[in-house]
Amino acid sequence: MNDPKPYLSPGPHIFGNQETPRMVRDVIIALMPAVAVSIYFFRIRAFLLIVISMAACVGAEAAIQFLMKRKIRITDGSAVVTGILFAMIIPPALPLWMAALGSFVAIGIAKELFGGLGSNIFNPALLGRAFLMAAFPTFMTAWNAPITLDAVTGATPLGLVKFSHNLDISYLNLFLGNVSGCIGETSAAALLLGAGYLFLRKTIDWRIPLSYLGTVAIISFITEKASPGTYAGPAFHLLAGGVIIGAFFMATDPVTSPVTKAGRWIFGIGCGLITMVIRLWGGLPEGVMYSILLMNGLTPILNRITRPKRYGT
Amino acid sequence: MIKDFIKGLWRENPILVQVLGMCPTLAVSTKAVFGFSMGLATTFVLISSSVTVALIKKLVPHEVRIATFTVIIATFVTCADYFLKANFYSISKALGPYVPLIVVNCIILGRAEVFASKQNVARSFLDALGMGCGFTLVLIVLGSIRELLGSGTIFNYAILGKGFEHWVVMALPAGAFITLGFLVGLFNWINQKWQR
Repeated sequence: MNDPKPYLSPGPHIFGNQETPRMVRDVIIALMPAVAVSIYFFRIRAFLLIVISMAACVGAEAAIQFLMKRKIRITDGSAVVTGILFAMIIPPALPLWMAALGSFVAIGIAKELFGGLGSNIFNPALLGRAFLMAAFPTFMTAWNAPITLDAVTGATPLGLVKFSHNLDISYLNLFLGNVSGCIGETSAAALLLGAGYLFLRKTIDWRIPLSYLGTVAIISFITEKASPGTYAGPAFHLLAGGVIIGAFFMATDPVTSPVTKAGRWIFGIGCGLITMVIRLWGGLPEGVMYSILLMNGLTPILNRITRPKRYGT
Repeated sequence: MIKDFIKGLWRENPILVQVLGMCPTLAVSTKAVFGFSMGLATTFVLISSSVTVALIKKLVPHEVRIATFTVIIATFVTCADYFLKANFYSISKALGPYVPLIVVNCIILGRAEVFASKQNVARSFLDALGMGCGFTLVLIVLGSIRELLGSGTIFNYAILGKGFEHWVVMALPAGAFITLGFLVGLFNWINQKWQR
């Protein structure tokens, strides 16, 4: 049975070069440095998790499209991107079957059941992670040190700063990614390299990352000035945790973020605000995932209230 | 007559089709036992109040019928609540405020308003029985799925071995929404298959 709808690419269409296969290729290329660094730091675990997640995402997409009698579109590569992004944001010690389950939730529930590519409300990779976070909280908060892969429970840089007020931070390690954390989010350097490529290719818009990171920087600057002993500064909050991968690769997802310029500014500022509120005053050390998911939910409203006035009306 | 009973089980199922009574459905379906006892308590209230409403429908002035129905329902809810407290204290404690809250369960008021206040006693009884059974069945299925994935048991019998990693999400409200969504989807899918 053929899908009666024409193949739609997400708007705005006027920029022309936004077809799905090209975007997907760009994002995969942009993620390669982070993938390489994650395999260097977390060795075989990172490799296995990335491969399993990609395979599970593609498999889930094919299976669900077959069951729902849609046209099978695994060749457009969007499931591969979701798989890599999902693997980037799970801890290295996560059992492989949980990674496969999370990938299935990401593609099966968050994407295909909401209508498939272009119709999902929430970022699939993040929703898969949120599901695992709710289902297996102990596994999702067990961390390993890079390279040696020793278990270091609860000791990501964000956790150290938040729960033990350990402000003795090595910014070089934080920048290179030589810290514990989710496998692909630790290395700011590799992610920034990929983000630079996306900017060069004009695949992502600069407004969301800038407003997101700007809000994080401003809030952490103010809170550090207010009480220097307890809160870390902007450099730490920008480099630690998932802000970089969130701001450049997750929040810019063209399907789940606003299409208007004003909407994108609000979206980024909202993400930054929620991230910092959770990081500084919430119960969790990291708030990037929930901030982007919450703002994803607001995206339809942002699109509506920031709709530009037609010329002449 | 028999149709009055059957329709509540499938074609007009209170949860899957009418989407009524969501509060107990989502809140107390963490375990199959809770779903089962909640279903039984609701069925008791539903049958008693439907029969009572059908009996006195000619005496009730139209303008105050809703208030009258509510008082009747509240009476039976109090009976059910005290019965559970006296005989099944642990279950009553686990269900918490949701037993007294049966009084605002829209299935009961809905059946009283659209069916029992217009039909005779026998039909009202069968209708209430069917609706109650349909409600109970869905609660048991929902509770079993959530209990199986959330703690590896069904009706407290261990199904999945010790090595099973509990899906904490299934015991949380999110698990209720996901499972109910899948149940409704499955229900609609089966219905479509049947219609062909």
